[in-house]
Amino acid sequence: MTIDTADGVEAVGVAPAADPGFLQRHGTTIEYILIPGAALVGALAVFGVFVALFGKNPLDLYFYMYQGAFGTSFSWQNTLTRAAPLILTALCTALPAQLGMVIIGGEGALLIGALAATGAALALPSMPPLVVQLAVVCAGMIGGGLWIMLSGGLRQYRGVNETISSLLLVYIALAILNHLVEGVMRDPASLNKPSTREIGAANMIGSIPGTDVHWGLVFGLIAAVASYILIYHTVFGFAARVAGGNIRAAKIVGLGVGKLIMTICFLAGASAGLAGMVEVAAVQGRTNANLAAGYGFTGILVAFLARQNPLAIIPVAVLLGGISASGGLLQRRLGLPDASVQVLQGIIFAFVLASDALYGRIGFLKGKS
Amino acid sequence: MDFGRISRRHLLQGGAALTLGSALGARSALAADTTIGFIYVGSRDDYGYNQAHAQGAAALKKMSGLKIVEEEKVAETDAVEKTMESMINLDGATLLFPTSFGYYNPHMIKMANKFPKLHFEHCGGLWSEKDPTNAGSYFGYIDEAQYISGIVAGYTSKTGKLGFVAAKPIPQVLRNINAFTLGARLANPKATTQVIFTGDWSMPVKEAEATNSLIDQGVDVLTCHVDGPKTMVENAARRGAMVCGYHVNQSPLAPKAYLTGAEWNWEALYPKFVKMIAAGESIPNFYRGGLKEEIVKVSPYGEAVSAEARKHADDVKAKLTAGDYTIFKGPITDNKGKAVIASGTDRGQKDPELEKMDYLVEGVIGATS
Repeated sequence: MTIDTADGVEAVGVAPAADPGFLQRHGTTIEYILIPGAALVGALAVFGVFVALFGKNPLDLYFYMYQGAFGTSFSWQNTLTRAAPLILTALCTALPAQLGMVIIGGEGALLIGALAATGAALALPSMPPLVVQLAVVCAGMIGGGLWIMLSGGLRQYRGVNETISSLLLVYIALAILNHLVEGVMRDPASLNKPSTREIGAANMIGSIPGTDVHWGLVFGLIAAVASYILIYHTVFGFAARVAGGNIRAAKIVGLGVGKLIMTICFLAGASAGLAGMVEVAAVQGRTNANLAAGYGFTGILVAFLARQNPLAIIPVAVLLGGISASGGLLQRRLGLPDASVQVLQGIIFAFVLASDALYGRIGFLKGKS
Repeated sequence: MDFGRISRRHLLQGGAALTLGSALGARSALAADTTIGFIYVGSRDDYGYNQAHAQGAAALKKMSGLKIVEEEKVAETDAVEKTMESMINLDGATLLFPTSFGYYNPHMIKMANKFPKLHFEHCGGLWSEKDPTNAGSYFGYIDEAQYISGIVAGYTSKTGKLGFVAAKPIPQVLRNINAFTLGARLANPKATTQVIFTGDWSMPVKEAEATNSLIDQGVDVLTCHVDGPKTMVENAARRGAMVCGYHVNQSPLAPKAYLTGAEWNWEALYPKFVKMIAAGESIPNFYRGGLKEEIVKVSPYGEAVSAEARKHADDVKAKLTAGDYTIFKGPITDNKGKAVIASGTDRGQKDPELEKMDYLVEGVIGATS
């Protein structure tokens, strides 16, 4: 059974063996798996050479990477915990990309979402936890959503480049966060680490039962699947992709481009805001400068590696979560510096971008398509 | 020695590390399975906060029967929880030193509750009765060493204008600025300290700008309280100003300009902790001290320090080391003319009021907000 999707991606259920035309018929699908896979293997091989230059055994490297990221049930939980915020922040880049916009300010939306979520929890001190949690989720999404809408609005109505504005808004968000956390929202008891008051243990959203992985992972999965359906299986998503393909054509056929931009930017920011909310309500319990941990920036990398496809974001986020989970083991067992993980991320990024040139050019996959 | 029994599951998971540990520790009287984990928020060769801890870890590496695992650049998010768990599960660590302030609550507290038989020692946190008893916090009264730096700076400065590059106006930092200034005014009652807050712990660009701007205003001796003093030390030395270091000895960076400095003495404390545990003693959950307790120390004087300055500084240092000298001795007024410590009131190093410091003393040019 195969399911044809709007952009030609096919999900293969049962492989029809011994069909001579199989490779050709499923060329596009195979390309989508084979090319990134080959890019990843190539990147790991190059990284192995890099590590060997430091006198370490590359086989040890691969073993520890596997062990640290996926080798034990603890490692899996470590990986998934790190992947959870990345799925959400990656959507902040991937959704506007459908409209041809390059938004790189997910970190700002994350911080504002976290602030809004904390504010909501602190404003409702005596409400039942479920009410507070709902308010916290909504506040986080609205906060983050409005923040990225600022970039969308500046682009649509004032002609300001959204890449620059979203990046600069990150620093404004950080300044607002520091200002509030060190000012009106400061818990006077937080002497040497200015922080807001805690949102309260009862209002924390906790972990998925039986694991140490917080609910942010489930939020991320839902958001990624919902985004995929929205983009590839709704009229709205089709309109967005038309506008992304050719904005003048979209205007000529009467699409409300401004409305599309604002809605998509809101949804994008809401995803990153949700990541900020989860950091507050599942991890930190309050807002302080710890929240600016760079998830928003790693999310950009995830989105580009996933070629802006919301579904592909999930495995890519798990992969990068795994690399970061195993990074510690590489430091401890092989004595590699922390920067080596960034080197690996950089090599993977370069390989995946370079591999873009291969789509549609692999001879044995070409044919009747 | 017994760091608390580790469960069978941990033994199995940490098997590889334990085998290695026993090979190393075979000749030792200490238990072979003693692995100690160190976690740093920045780079361990930053010539600053993290390097000071790494030097402490290096002192432990020289002791037999111990295996030290280290991880750097770990964010103050659930990443540090996972790093601690990874050190416990995969390396078999039984004593952990998460060394950054933001690791304490909620992250280290959560892990201490989860692994009640293991030991957690945190630098800078304020352990209280409600925290788990297998967790502890230690810190040093480094303002005593800053006071000595101040005396040396006061004698050395020709303009009487001293400079202080500081991260944030929080009690710990204000206490250092005030102690430095009080020390300088012992040597030169007209000395002033101009302070610039950069806003965060690691802002190399702003630190360089602050250093240059202080020197432009006639400041000729500088010190700092940021995570990595390297930027300030190198820039000041290049401009021909003198410096007092912080965290570790920075004289290799500027041999001619380095006067003295306030250093942590973790090389003395960490082996002491390990010996205490080996002897079956428990480390007090709230552990503090200064020069007398050998938790902080003063860098050797540079060649530019006059005989007069050395004599005065050594004299005060001897009194502080003997424990019969009070830095914050009334009357002290702040730089707005308000009396903050009344005449006849002595605030000794352990006085809790000093932990809440929110003022700059007379002689400091700058504002806390």
